[in-house]
Amino acid sequence: MSAGIDLQDVVCDFGSFRAVDHANVSIRPGEFFSFLGPSGCGKTTILRMISGFIDPTAGTIRIGGTDVKGKRPNQRPTALIFQNLALFPLMPIWENIAFGLEMRGVDKATRRAKAEELLKLVDLPGAADKMVSQLSGGQKQRVAIARALAVEPKVMLLDEPLSALDLKLRQHMRAELRTIQKRTGVTFIYITHDQGEALAMSDRVGVMSQGRIQQIADPRDIYNNPANGFVASFVGENNIFEGTAGAASGGHAAFDTPEGRLRARQVAGTEGKPVRLYVRPEHTILSATPAAENSVPVTVEEVAFEGAFISVHGRTATGKPITAELRNDGSATVPEKGAALHASFDPARAALLPDVDVRH
Amino acid sequence: MHRFRLTLLNTYTGLFLLYMLAPLAVMSGAAFNDNKLPSIVPWKGWTTRWFIEMIEDERMMIAFANTLWVAAAVALISVVIGTAAAILINSVSGRLRTALYGMMISTILIPGVVIGISTMILWTKMGNALGTEFFLFRAGLHLSVLGQVSYIAAMVMLLVLARLQSFDPGLEEAALDLGASHAQVMRRILLPHLYPAIGAGAAVAFFQSIENFNVTQFTRGGADTLTVYVFSKVRSGITPTINALAFLLICVTLVLAVIYEANRRRRVRIEAARLDEARRAEEEMAELIGRG
Amino acid sequence: MGDLARRYGPGLTTIILLLVAFWLIMLVIVPNLTLLEQSFRPYLPVVDVGGPKDTYSFSNYLKVFNGEIETSVLGITFHIPVHVKTFLLTIWYSMVVTVACFLLAYPLAYFMAKVVNPKTLPTLLLLLFVPLWVSEVLRAFAWWIILALKGPLNWILLGIGVIDKPVRWIVGYDGVVVGLVYTYVLFMLFPLYNAVSSLDTNQIEAAEDLGAPWWKIHWRIVMPHAKPGIASGSVMVFMLSAGSLLVPSILGSTTSQWFTQTIDQWFKDALDWNTASAYAFLLLVLCTVFVTVAMKLFKVRLSDIAK
Repeated sequence: MSAGIDLQDVVCDFGSFRAVDHANVSIRPGEFFSFLGPSGCGKTTILRMISGFIDPTAGTIRIGGTDVKGKRPNQRPTALIFQNLALFPLMPIWENIAFGLEMRGVDKATRRAKAEELLKLVDLPGAADKMVSQLSGGQKQRVAIARALAVEPKVMLLDEPLSALDLKLRQHMRAELRTIQKRTGVTFIYITHDQGEALAMSDRVGVMSQGRIQQIADPRDIYNNPANGFVASFVGENNIFEGTAGAASGGHAAFDTPEGRLRARQVAGTEGKPVRLYVRPEHTILSATPAAENSVPVTVEEVAFEGAFISVHGRTATGKPITAELRNDGSATVPEKGAALHASFDPARAALLPDVDVRH
Repeated sequence: MHRFRLTLLNTYTGLFLLYMLAPLAVMSGAAFNDNKLPSIVPWKGWTTRWFIEMIEDERMMIAFANTLWVAAAVALISVVIGTAAAILINSVSGRLRTALYGMMISTILIPGVVIGISTMILWTKMGNALGTEFFLFRAGLHLSVLGQVSYIAAMVMLLVLARLQSFDPGLEEAALDLGASHAQVMRRILLPHLYPAIGAGAAVAFFQSIENFNVTQFTRGGADTLTVYVFSKVRSGITPTINALAFLLICVTLVLAVIYEANRRRRVRIEAARLDEARRAEEEMAELIGRG
Repeated sequence: MGDLARRYGPGLTTIILLLVAFWLIMLVIVPNLTLLEQSFRPYLPVVDVGGPKDTYSFSNYLKVFNGEIETSVLGITFHIPVHVKTFLLTIWYSMVVTVACFLLAYPLAYFMAKVVNPKTLPTLLLLLFVPLWVSEVLRAFAWWIILALKGPLNWILLGIGVIDKPVRWIVGYDGVVVGLVYTYVLFMLFPLYNAVSSLDTNQIEAAEDLGAPWWKIHWRIVMPHAKPGIASGSVMVFMLSAGSLLVPSILGSTTSQWFTQTIDQWFKDALDWNTASAYAFLLLVLCTVFVTVAMKLFKVRLSDIAK
């Protein structure tokens, strides 16, 4: 039904360029797993190695426990959904969906029946005899999914399939993909540079940068407990302080900055390494009087109304920009431009993080 | 791609290139063989006598001169007509466009034999009807020019039309709005945009004309072009002077090809350097913004 | 037309229209109509032209059916007029040449479009262009040298012991077919290459991912996509082959006769331009029929072929 995937020390070089650098990840059967990262981070290369279009330079890939080294794309229990979908424009929809079955020598009546069944699964009944060019973007998306499902893959590989759609449709298709994944139970591996997409759909997310997997965790952990500065910045906004970490106690450490001494969570394994302090704008509190700790005086420079929340942009005495987000529910008083206030945060909500992965 | 199939394809490509180029090498080699028959076997020793005989062959030199002026005339007329046709096609639409366009490109598909005979018959009949001995109405290379133009103009038209499709008609309107006359719009705005295609069209027309045999054969009267002359030599008394000529032509082609390739590589390098510069500028910009 | 005048003014519009009219009317339509008209007139001494004997008839066309000869195909012997035979053989061998060119060019077109390193492609294209720029007559001549009884091909084959006495290669239509394939294969290659390179590589990978073996990828994905290119290449090669006079004249044997050679003989040797016109018109009809059939068969338009 579905299979897990293990990547063990997988490396991929293109000439002198290292596209993927010692990737290690274990994806569970039936999981919805996303690789998230900016373009050129190596996520598509990982996908193409799993599907068999590229051979890894080193390392092992196992699908369902079997080493797939040397196996051609069509010998692997995976199905790939391309970024541009790659539907065959000269065949009607049902032939597109049944193409994989045709290649396996299934007779025509069975193929047709299977295509109809899959079209129902993806909510497109009655489209069997249409041509690809007659479908809307969202409908093409569904046909691509049906075509991949037709060969009953154990793993579905999706290469940013939603990137061509407009915002509203994209959000709708997120839910749809998630539903189809749950309904079929197939392992989904999803590639995207859109953090909202990755966080909303996935069971777990692997964040990548410059060929390395920076962190693997569930979406909540990725956002709340980022492993390093790259992850923190890629999945959201931060106020960042520079300084030197001091003595630690009880999981927290003192951090000396030009704005004064602050305190934040210390992440294991970063002792003695250069770190910076990261705190989310929604965890930054503004008050008229200084707080007991982690308090920095700021002058409000701009107040931006963004709908559900209000962004307050200020600057510290040393000129460092600070942003705080207030919920637009009437609970907070909106400061005036030019007001002198104090920004503070809970040490448990702030983290001392290295810039990028420091394992190597 | 499967490694075995990749090797197979590579080998095939090598063999194909060999198939394309080896006959030319054989032909060139025979130009230096001291053998009355044009062949590389048996090898009877090096000689340059075929080149000397070639230069002394007065008919060949006349044929060569004829070929050049015919080709130049065909190129000139084809470019003028082809460009006019492309502009016309580009500014009409609907059924008229389909009909005109269809008629124009169908000329490429008319067999040369048919073009040659029909051109010959039309002009000589006209001469007979008018009762004139004026040269235009008698067989000769000028009729070859007209016959060749009838289909080569279509090739130029296709090249220019492709280029016209990337032209923004708004530029013409802007120029008219700024007080340019129609002639000035043509000269300063439209034609400069078309020059690359017109240049390519002229080159294609020139070489197509040199190549032409069928039309020329039926219209030339007693005059020779190089192709016709080589043909008659091959059919009658062959000497390796033809190989000497072939060798020289191949050399010219190769030299032109090498110049073209060197030029292309230079352009690629310049383009890469420009992109590099743009990338650096962008990085500097990003740094500036980041600092601010 | 109004658009033209608005954009370029009345003066330029007139010039443009005159140029195009000269081309299409004086160089294309009127010559072909004259050819057609002439083909129905008898061949007469100059004094009788325009006289009472100068009447329209089909007699020039009927000459095709003169002079029956004995022929045998697949062991069946029958009588067929010699010019009809030439006509049919010209069609048949032109088709052989077209198919041979396709088989030779397709793998290379695919290689150039989808496999080769983009950096070496321009060099490869350039090397292929070299023979194209060398004129047709010389390309045919090169094969005349190679295939000669005492030529390099026999010399090599004798040398490596494949044959023990020289083979006469230029027999029947063999030399003609070899020469035509060599001369026109590039006219198949370039349209095919253009068509295949416009195929999205993801389509090939998707088919591969769905389990298609390589030959099915070509049969179901690449070739259907390349159909306009196949049509355009086939039409070009067929027309050029059927209309070629050079190659059959240079590489023909004593037993081969191409239809263009027959036309040439009527025109140059018999000086009977009227019958030559009738035969030329038949060739034109043949070509028109072939293009129409090819367009119907491949479901493409004339404008696709011209690419």
